Amino acid sequence: MSISKKQVDEVVIRFAGDSGDGMQLTGGRFTETTAVVGNDLSTLPDFPAEIRAPAGSLAGVSAFQIKFSSKDIHTPGDVPDVLVAMNPAALKVHQSDVPPGGTIICNSAAFNPRNLKLAGYDSNPLEDKTLDDYFTVYSIDMSRMVSEACKDLDLSPKLVDRSKNFYALGLLFWMYDRPLKSTEDWLAKKFAKKPEIIESNVRALNAGYNYGETTEIFTTRYTVDKANLPPGKYRNVVGNYALSMGLAAAAERSKLELFLGSYPITPASDILHTLSAWKHLGIKTFQAEDEIAGITSALGAAFSGSLAITTTSGPGIALKGEAMGLAVITELPLVVINVQRGGPSTGLPTKTEQSDLMQAMYGRNGEAPMPILASSTPGDCFYVAYEACRIAVKYMTPVMLLTDGYLANGSEPWIVPDIKELPPIDVKFADKSNIVDGQFMPYLRNKDTLARPWAKPGTENLEHRIGGIEKEDVTGNVNYDPENHHFMVKTRALKVQNIANELPPTDVFGEKSGDLLILSWGGTQGACRSATEALVNDGKKVSHIHLRWINPLPNDLGGLLIKFKHVLIPEINLGQLIKIIRAEYLIDAIGLNKVKGKPISSAEIQDNVKKILEK
Amino acid sequence: MSESTQVKYTRKDFTSDQAVRWCPGCGDYSILTQTQKVFPDLGRKKEEFVFISGIGCSSRFPYYMHTYGFHSIHGRAPAIASGVKISRPDLSVWLVTGDGDGLSIGGNHTIHLLRRNIDLNVMLFNNRIYGLTKGQYSPTSEVGKVTKSTPLGSLDEPFNPLTLALGAGATFIARTIDKESKHMQEMITESYNHKGTSFLEIYQNCNIFNDGAFSNFTDRDTKSDTVLWLKDGEPMVFGADGNKGIRLDGNIPTVVELGDKWNKDDLLVHNKKDYMIASMLSNMTSKPDTPEPIGVLYAVDAPTYEDNIASQISSAVKNKPKSSIQDIINSGDTWVVK
Ligand SMILES: Cc1ncc(C[n+]2csc(CCOP(=O)(O)OP(=O)(O)O)c2C)c(N)n1
Ligand code: SF4
Ligand SMILES: [Mg+2]
Repeated sequence: MSISKKQVDEVVIRFAGDSGDGMQLTGGRFTETTAVVGNDLSTLPDFPAEIRAPAGSLAGVSAFQIKFSSKDIHTPGDVPDVLVAMNPAALKVHQSDVPPGGTIICNSAAFNPRNLKLAGYDSNPLEDKTLDDYFTVYSIDMSRMVSEACKDLDLSPKLVDRSKNFYALGLLFWMYDRPLKSTEDWLAKKFAKKPEIIESNVRALNAGYNYGETTEIFTTRYTVDKANLPPGKYRNVVGNYALSMGLAAAAERSKLELFLGSYPITPASDILHTLSAWKHLGIKTFQAEDEIAGITSALGAAFSGSLAITTTSGPGIALKGEAMGLAVITELPLVVINVQRGGPSTGLPTKTEQSDLMQAMYGRNGEAPMPILASSTPGDCFYVAYEACRIAVKYMTPVMLLTDGYLANGSEPWIVPDIKELPPIDVKFADKSNIVDGQFMPYLRNKDTLARPWAKPGTENLEHRIGGIEKEDVTGNVNYDPENHHFMVKTRALKVQNIANELPPTDVFGEKSGDLLILSWGGTQGACRSATEALVNDGKKVSHIHLRWINPLPNDLGGLLIKFKHVLIPEINLGQLIKIIRAEYLIDAIGLNKVKGKPISSAEIQDNVKKILEK
Repeated sequence: MSESTQVKYTRKDFTSDQAVRWCPGCGDYSILTQTQKVFPDLGRKKEEFVFISGIGCSSRFPYYMHTYGFHSIHGRAPAIASGVKISRPDLSVWLVTGDGDGLSIGGNHTIHLLRRNIDLNVMLFNNRIYGLTKGQYSPTSEVGKVTKSTPLGSLDEPFNPLTLALGAGATFIARTIDKESKHMQEMITESYNHKGTSFLEIYQNCNIFNDGAFSNFTDRDTKSDTVLWLKDGEPMVFGADGNKGIRLDGNIPTVVELGDKWNKDDLLVHNKKDYMIASMLSNMTSKPDTPEPIGVLYAVDAPTYEDNIASQISSAVKNKPKSSIQDIINSGDTWVVK
């Protein structure tokens, strides 16, 4: 029997196993190699909520999905073509997502009575043939193969067994025709001080690859051509990392010192970790005693002239509410980043959700408007972070940036930007020219932006006091006058609204009028774009608008929305943007709302659109 | 710290144009006056001073100082001030707070500030009451305090701010009294000179909601017997004619009469670097049998948080000079699409 090579456009692989099986790492290596091979890709890690759930339990299953393609793709895929299940629990949790005809590869060594029981199997699914009617199942004793390959190494059997994820990786590399070299190089660097570990992993990797090559179990190998991506230099990038780079780029372009005040929380902590490692860029990170101290320390740094950032997730935003109001009334630049996760309360810490939009809009006492923008893809996190900083210092306002767990941990190929080509961030601190009749006027505004001057402590003759009590226009003195309060409330709102004047015209994907418009914000962008492409191919009059800015909304949005018979708003919440759109434009938008802790699929959106159009 | 300035300031230079709005007779007035009086002599440029406060009567303080100032939200001044000092170690940062602001809603921030030893100066106005919200008991009110929220008397034990600060790792703790202008000026200056967090508790009379809370220590007739003025390196003597002192009986501070039985050599000598003495003194707060220690209880040198940050950064920069975020953006596995 010979092995045939089959060319396919796109593939979705899901690696699943116990938390201790190294699935995230395996997925990460497959991703890096796939990126270098030149496919477009999108990834979705799925972490267990428990850090140390019992080995082999359902709660301890960790997964990583990658979709790669010879075409431009927007999502990590709805359903896997191949599921790698390293133990029974992983099979149990993920098998239902594999469509009939899909491939399942299992490490049979892990299908022992104990693990089967933990996963709730009465009999071994690899032996009772229950799967065979629906799937192509490969049951491979990876543990034994790896131990064979490493038998002459001076390593404990336990350590050797840890390499079995590289066996699976090697096999998948063979199946999809990818080179081993970059992984071997990576191992050599990562374990430079532990040559035996390098050796065992490299042997496992090769053993997996050779298993595909020499046994005749596999009949087909697949090739996926390079994607036709826009020209440029690429790297693969994860959302939280891209976001950190965007902040640092803003610091460099504005020539401000970056200050991060933060308190650890999933899935935002990686931003704190990343920026803390960049001390050589002069970045100051402060792990505060709680989220309130995270934002207030940042506000103190903003008052002192730093580019101030605070990062957290929804529960932390709840704690920061009062301080955000203080930033609104003192009109200091501050970027507040919410990497959203499932709520309410602790909710689903490791899962994704878009349910904090209302919190971002209204989660403060008083009339306390904040500009709000949201990232659409992992790579976009870089640009929105930069944009949030630019707007914060230009308008002297706190800015809310929303990402989510899916964007934060997901990755995609990304054109390496030249930060010199980003829009400038010109900061001009107040100086003597801001003194009127011998007095510095901290609330004398710029006529265009309505921004107040930013006066750095230490500057001669600009001594002034700010605070949370209502300010008198111009002087900034404490003031309880009703007219002044009304004026200041309106001015703060107008300042935020004015940002809309500099937003570019809204980009409509597809025709500018038609039967249905899909309107999205945040991480649902990819699924909405894929769905639109498929529907348009299918002859449907469907278009897509994705919003980067939610507050203010683009000035031209209302005019665009009314050109469509229907407006569909898919969100991973019970309908939050839709409330804003309905209130703002009085249109009868339709919601598509799923709150399952995972991205909405393109297929669900397509089905929904078709139903609406059939009516 | 910047080199001393040539400019000669007066009290007026530190007085803002805003009308002071505390109740007539409030102890806060004296604190403001003493601060405005000593600041010209600290030898530092006026624009380098920053006052940060939370919420409370006491926290209105920054509005009246003609320096940089930030009147923030309830309890959070320590965190704001930390951000100011970490980002700008060149500034002289002062934090004004109350017993409710700093020890109740902001207690968490206060203890973390102290353990980090950020070089800023805390002035805690302790009137043992919530002034601004019109007279509820506070975390420093004595047990049994009858207020609107505790009509039958408060039940919880008060904090002793100096013991709390010491336990949190403070490197400088001191106490003064609103009515003692000269002493307060000295304490403000000592706070300023201490490198690290200085924690100054100021007994402040709220004549509206807790009048006389400290009258024992301020009344002419009683104060010489009730106050122990601490002087570093000197025996602990007090009393109208300096006729009493503190002697250790085992480990217990005990009041003795100087005369036939005891003389000065038998008394405990204050050493502000001695943690055990500081701990003992702070525990003498408002006890029936011992006088109230007033002055610098404890002052030791220790590295500051912001200096440590700065040195981590400078060695990181030294290891990777001239690097920029563009290098990081460019790094990792890259490939070119033509
Ligand atoms: C979040 C919040 N909670 C409650 C209040 C109401 N409040 C203002 S000041 C204060 C207590 C102030 O007491 P203290 O700190 O002792 O200051 P004092 O007025 O006595 O100087 C309270 C409860 C507030 N402003 N903000
Ligand atoms: S209420 Fe008390 S503390 Fe507040 S201003 Fe009046 S006297 Fe002073
Ligand atoms: Mg008080």
